[in-house]
Amino acid sequence: MSNATVAESAKDKDARPEKARRPASLWSDAWHDLRRNKVFILGSILVLILLLMAAFPSLFSSVNAYDPSTCDLSNAREGITSKHWFGTDNLGCDTYSRVIYGARVSVIVGIATSLISAVVGGGLGLLAGYYSRWVDVLLSRLAEIFFAIPSVLGALLFLSAIGRENAGAFTVVLSLAVLAWPLILRIMRAAVISAKNQDYVTAARALGAGPGRIMLRHIMPNAIAPVIVTATLNLGVFIAAEAGLSFLGVGVQPPTISWGLMIGDARRRFLEAPEPLIFPAIFLSITVLAFVMLGDAVRDALDPKLR
Amino acid sequence: MTAPTESILEVRDLVKHFPLNYGVVFKRQVGAIKAVDGVSFDLRRGETLGVVGESGCGKSTLAKLLMALERPTSGSVRINGRDITTARGAELKRMRRNIQMVMQDPYTSLNPRMTVGDIVGEPFEIHSDVAPKGGRRQRVQELLEVVGLNPDHINRYPHQFSGGQRQRIGIARGLALQPEIIICDEPVSALDVSIQAQVMNLLERLQNEFNLAYIFIAHDLSVVRHISDRIAVMYLGKIVELGNDTEIYDNPTHPYTQALLSAVPVPDPEGRETRQRIILQGDPPSPANPPSGCHFRTRCWKAQDVCAEQEPALEVRPGSAHPSACHFAEVRDVVNAE
Ligand SMILES: Nc1ncnc2c1ncn2[C@@H]1O[C@H](COP(=O)(O)OP(=O)(O)OP(=O)(O)O)[C@@H](O)[C@H]1O
Ligand SMILES: [Mg+2]
Repeated sequence: MSNATVAESAKDKDARPEKARRPASLWSDAWHDLRRNKVFILGSILVLILLLMAAFPSLFSSVNAYDPSTCDLSNAREGITSKHWFGTDNLGCDTYSRVIYGARVSVIVGIATSLISAVVGGGLGLLAGYYSRWVDVLLSRLAEIFFAIPSVLGALLFLSAIGRENAGAFTVVLSLAVLAWPLILRIMRAAVISAKNQDYVTAARALGAGPGRIMLRHIMPNAIAPVIVTATLNLGVFIAAEAGLSFLGVGVQPPTISWGLMIGDARRRFLEAPEPLIFPAIFLSITVLAFVMLGDAVRDALDPKLR
Repeated sequence: MTAPTESILEVRDLVKHFPLNYGVVFKRQVGAIKAVDGVSFDLRRGETLGVVGESGCGKSTLAKLLMALERPTSGSVRINGRDITTARGAELKRMRRNIQMVMQDPYTSLNPRMTVGDIVGEPFEIHSDVAPKGGRRQRVQELLEVVGLNPDHINRYPHQFSGGQRQRIGIARGLALQPEIIICDEPVSALDVSIQAQVMNLLERLQNEFNLAYIFIAHDLSVVRHISDRIAVMYLGKIVELGNDTEIYDNPTHPYTQALLSAVPVPDPEGRETRQRIILQGDPPSPANPPSGCHFRTRCWKAQDVCAEQEPALEVRPGSAHPSACHFAEVRDVVNAE
């Protein structure tokens, strides 16, 4: 026994004090990386400004774009002036304030669609990956049916079928989310299948943990990273899709202000007055770019292998 | 109370065949991997049974069957008289308290997203009546102390520890429910040699302290000698020889055991010169298609016609006192060779 005590007292040599200073979990490791990533910083500054714009447009514009009395038909298609920084549109409304107020729909549609598809696809992917057998067959086949539909085209068909009267931000979110969850399901399912064969899951089963605990405590935290990355990248994709659908007239309907609608309204008189088309297009591009930057940075931070 | 020599684990004719399927759409079973093929043994309270065999002979599958992590094809595993292979739901959960395991790889057996406190405390969350909610943190700290870790490190994550320390965390988790049986599946083979001895010493100390019964799996005989009361030698899903320390190491009767022993490094330099090494011919056959009769006959220098025709049972053979599954069992001391 004295032999054992001697050997065991050596255990402190086995410690790694230099490792103790390292940040703790995957998330704090990722955060540590992100804070030093210029792409992430630039992306988040842009996204932050966009969010502010969506929540408090009056901070950015003294003109309330939703107030028709601010429009003046006699000033239609006026170029850039000191009063109208981005000129005016066909109805004589101030393009700058409309661009600012248009951010809200983009942000809401982007976040809602991404969130819904991540929750639905992630949840079903967890079940499909964990239970395999018939649950997996059922969910995976269902996902494949939706997966086969090209996403923007599918949304276009769905939205034209329900007609303009019923179209709006809500139906745009719904139609995009219906087509987007299958991809998330696939990503989650693959991550779950690799996580569920890990030894720590076996150890939890040996302790008597039930399926709920195993899925939520052991598998999900180890499988969620690729879903978060995809959901972040999807934000930009959905914002662009909303603009596209609204441009085609099947998305958000007037009087709601949306960048896609603004571009659609301005396109016929583009040569005469390019400002009402160019400015919303620039805002749209920067927004999509900002989310792509954010998604890329998050992916690099969460999974260095994907780099 | 039960007598100390009573068996707490009785394994009878345990068989696990993994089906081999062929075809993508229409799966046809074309055969089976006979990972465990008729294993029987008893384990007594406080005893250590070493299980030794080459890679792929079914040791981990046996461990999983004992833990009810896999369902056997046939056979039974009785813990204190109750069969865990047929237990379900609440009964199975209750039985799990009594049998826990320490896994081979300390780098994959701990959830990287959980703190040490959560990992070692999880057994109490699953079996909420074992420790009162308020006292759990303290219990976890006690357990960390028992396995020789700093109880202040309770909020750290596994990656902040070394391999040896991680294995201690795994041991603490296994101890939490105060089981009577712990299955150690090659618990030190992933560790540095210098740390192996520390973990082995810890396991021995815990055994004395808590009167644990161990099934100690290893792939070579030298690792288990010190800790085991009895040793089972496995070959291709079967136990070929079962005996205590002197029976297996000094009087082995099965040719496979003799071959394994001849490969064990001997601490005594004089022994090294005189003993003969038995070098086995070829690789072990596939468990999907084991040889007829005695599974070992294709590599055995004693093989006769009877070995291909008749499967030797694991029974006490004339001239020795412990069971051996060889038609031509005969004592041969390979370590202290003539
Ligand atoms: N889930 C499974 N499905 C199919 N075959 C399996 C499965 N698990 C194990 N096997 C097969 O069963 C046999 C025994 O495997 P097992 O893991 O029990 O061996 P082992 O003795 O633990 O080996 P090692 O020393 O390498 O850990 C192997 O041939 C293996 O390929
Ligand atoms: Mg193994």
